[in-house]
Amino acid sequence: MELFRYKKPIPLMSKSKIFFALSLIAVLASYVLIFTKGFNYGIDFAGGTLVQVKYEGKAPIDKVREAIKSSKTFEGASVNYFGSDDEIVIKVRTSSKKLGTDIGDEARKLLEGTGKFEIRRVDMVGPKVGNELREKGIMALVLAIAGILLYVSFRFEWRFAIASVLALVHDISIAMGAIVLFNVEVNLDILAALLTILGYSLNDTIIVFDRIREGLTTVKSSKLADVIDESVTRTLSRTTLTSLTTFFVVLTLFLMGGEIIHGFSFTLLVGIIVGTYSSIFIASPLLMMMGFDVENYRKKLAEKKKREQEKAKMRAMYEQGTV
Amino acid sequence: MKLNYRVLVFIAAAIFGLALSAPSLLNLQKGPKITLGLDLQGGLHMLLGVDTDEAIESKIKSLASSVKYAAEDEDLIIDEFKVRDGKIGFELLDKDDMPKMDEILKKIEGIAVQKDGLKYTVSLTPQEIESVKKYAITQAVDTIRNRLDQFGLAEPTVAKQGEDKILVEVPGIKTPEQEQRIRELIAKAAHLQLMAIDEERAANVDRMTPAEAAQYGDVILKDAQNPNRKYLVKEIPILDGSMLTDARVAFDKNNQPVINFSLNSQGAQIFGDFTGKNVGKRLAVVLDNRVYSAPVIRERIGGGSGQISGGFSVKEAHDVAIALRSGALLAPVFMEEKRSVGPSLGADSIKASMVALITGFIAVVVFMILYYGIAGAVADVALIVNLFLILAIMALFGATLTLPGMAGIVLTVGMAVDANVIINERIRELLYEGKSVAKAIEQGYANAFSAILDANITTLIAAVVLYAYGTGPIKGFAITMSIGILASMLTAILGTHGIWQMLESKIDKNRLNRWFGIKLEGGR
Repeated sequence: MELFRYKKPIPLMSKSKIFFALSLIAVLASYVLIFTKGFNYGIDFAGGTLVQVKYEGKAPIDKVREAIKSSKTFEGASVNYFGSDDEIVIKVRTSSKKLGTDIGDEARKLLEGTGKFEIRRVDMVGPKVGNELREKGIMALVLAIAGILLYVSFRFEWRFAIASVLALVHDISIAMGAIVLFNVEVNLDILAALLTILGYSLNDTIIVFDRIREGLTTVKSSKLADVIDESVTRTLSRTTLTSLTTFFVVLTLFLMGGEIIHGFSFTLLVGIIVGTYSSIFIASPLLMMMGFDVENYRKKLAEKKKREQEKAKMRAMYEQGTV
Repeated sequence: MKLNYRVLVFIAAAIFGLALSAPSLLNLQKGPKITLGLDLQGGLHMLLGVDTDEAIESKIKSLASSVKYAAEDEDLIIDEFKVRDGKIGFELLDKDDMPKMDEILKKIEGIAVQKDGLKYTVSLTPQEIESVKKYAITQAVDTIRNRLDQFGLAEPTVAKQGEDKILVEVPGIKTPEQEQRIRELIAKAAHLQLMAIDEERAANVDRMTPAEAAQYGDVILKDAQNPNRKYLVKEIPILDGSMLTDARVAFDKNNQPVINFSLNSQGAQIFGDFTGKNVGKRLAVVLDNRVYSAPVIRERIGGGSGQISGGFSVKEAHDVAIALRSGALLAPVFMEEKRSVGPSLGADSIKASMVALITGFIAVVVFMILYYGIAGAVADVALIVNLFLILAIMALFGATLTLPGMAGIVLTVGMAVDANVIINERIRELLYEGKSVAKAIEQGYANAFSAILDANITTLIAAVVLYAYGTGPIKGFAITMSIGILASMLTAILGTHGIWQMLESKIDKNRLNRWFGIKLEGGR
């Protein structure tokens, strides 16, 4: 079976402006969303308490709301179904420092009489920890990008590094926009998902770039657009295939992994789609925009090869014992 | 068919993977097993903060007790003995006592002494404050660990985290009530003090404000059972729990639980001296700032043992005794972060992610065979071995499998076939170019290698950063992803290459559809 079969290069680069405009709109829209609506920070980052309660049978959500009304601790708490209608979560922005009796214990007492229930999860994050986690999260993103920048510069060329990082920023921005748009609660697992997208989308970009690097020496044309067109077309089948298999798997995670993993798998789904798109339509045109010069690169390669040959010659001479 | 080193390595990896993941998968008694994270097996995860200021205060108080005791021992007469704002202040009555007092103070390390005539002000040096704070945290870690160990739970983890936090993880908690009891046990300061009642002023205690009491160097403490009953006690304790050597639950003649404690030799001596000098007066047994009993001293109590009685349930007495035995918390701890997961939720999470894993896995396996034919099946074999290998390596290193970790494995399934997709695409390309099968395979692997390597290393960079900056479950995710990437390098690149080398002679160029899922045009 075959989906794509390389016959001749698809003229992608000639249409790159359209994709650029599309991406620019998507990225801008994402930032507008992020700055106007803002993230829905979950308790991991905002601090607060979450109590997950499972009832035998349908959860009496009105009774629960009524029961916690009397308590000061639960002022402004939200009560929602969680996954199915026998399970609910109570979320409140307060946290308690007390060890002896905590908000979970209080909830247990308040809910007595609302039916047969079991408290399955109590998460409490103090405000200080929430701040620290957020700082650490941003730090992790920045460091990961810096590490990638260094590695790609070292293995390819600085323009490749910048292009891949810009493509990453593009993917992460759109993924974050989707998170805001669909009101996904931002917790630690969402951060993990974003970092995974980082890894995945980069994976994709690098494989395309690797092909371009190869194309620079094998493709006859010295026009970058031709080199890119041929290389991208040649990797098209691989890119879509891998994205498809990964997409399948994450989709099953999304559909069957349970409510707890919903936000995580949703973010990944968005990331896989955007990451695949960007490695084809965004990362490579960026190379052109930064004025990557094929002739120049080939010249440098030739020089490098010459130097290496000379070195090898010298070494051979030394080894033979004559200078 | 001939064996080659690649296939041998691959077979070894498969055997290794199967053998070491079997104990975890089949739940065998023997062999290394993967630890399930608290989010999967249920349990309590807490990040505790330590209130170190409190430790400084109690350090000063115990310093005050020992200065006072030493002074009395040398028959120095001191007056206005007070602890105020982290400083000990007192006045000598006799100028001739000064050298002796200086001698006593010189022996105590980590203090700064200020003198104004006969007035002394003793405070802790900044270095000492720093070291007391540090000690308070390590001591809290030890104390909490001791308490949890004695409580008899399965493998609790207690570790210092960062500068001033303590991570406590207790797996295997069954009920919220049990969890609450554990939290209470940890929170107990278990600060035992034996204090003298200020007999001169005790009668007026109900009319006194705390500020007034402080003027006389006293504090007002409430009774443990009846909060309306108050005691006026000397602020500086005779001795505290740091001199305790043991505490056990016993029963008094009314069959009520009591706690018997014993003191070390220094404590016994101080206790003996004090009781000897104060016959007829009352002694308050204070636990966590509440008075449990205040018996009248009938005679000198030697031997260094005492009793705390009053108002305990058997469970409570048991927990108090554990807390006392494992030492007082020099500084109170408070909750910064808590996550508790019930065992049923953990089981549900495992079930849900297993279903996702198996479904996704089958989808990928079937798809690969449909798309690539035998080449797809070869990739699938590598994928299966890869999965076992991840589990085996995790078991070997005792890594923790968390819910995001499960997601990481699921994701690896999707991504692990990537290497083989790249390789197979390259092989197809070369076959279209008219290369021989053997050449297409060799060159396909060679061409694909740099792309796979670069892609995997960049993903590894992201995973390492995740590990360094993540906590708990996220770390678990980073670990499974890293192991997955490394394992896939072994199985998907080396392993499949070996299999092809072995199959090479069998490949029929006319049946490429079966082997690689393609048809060459023009019957080439």
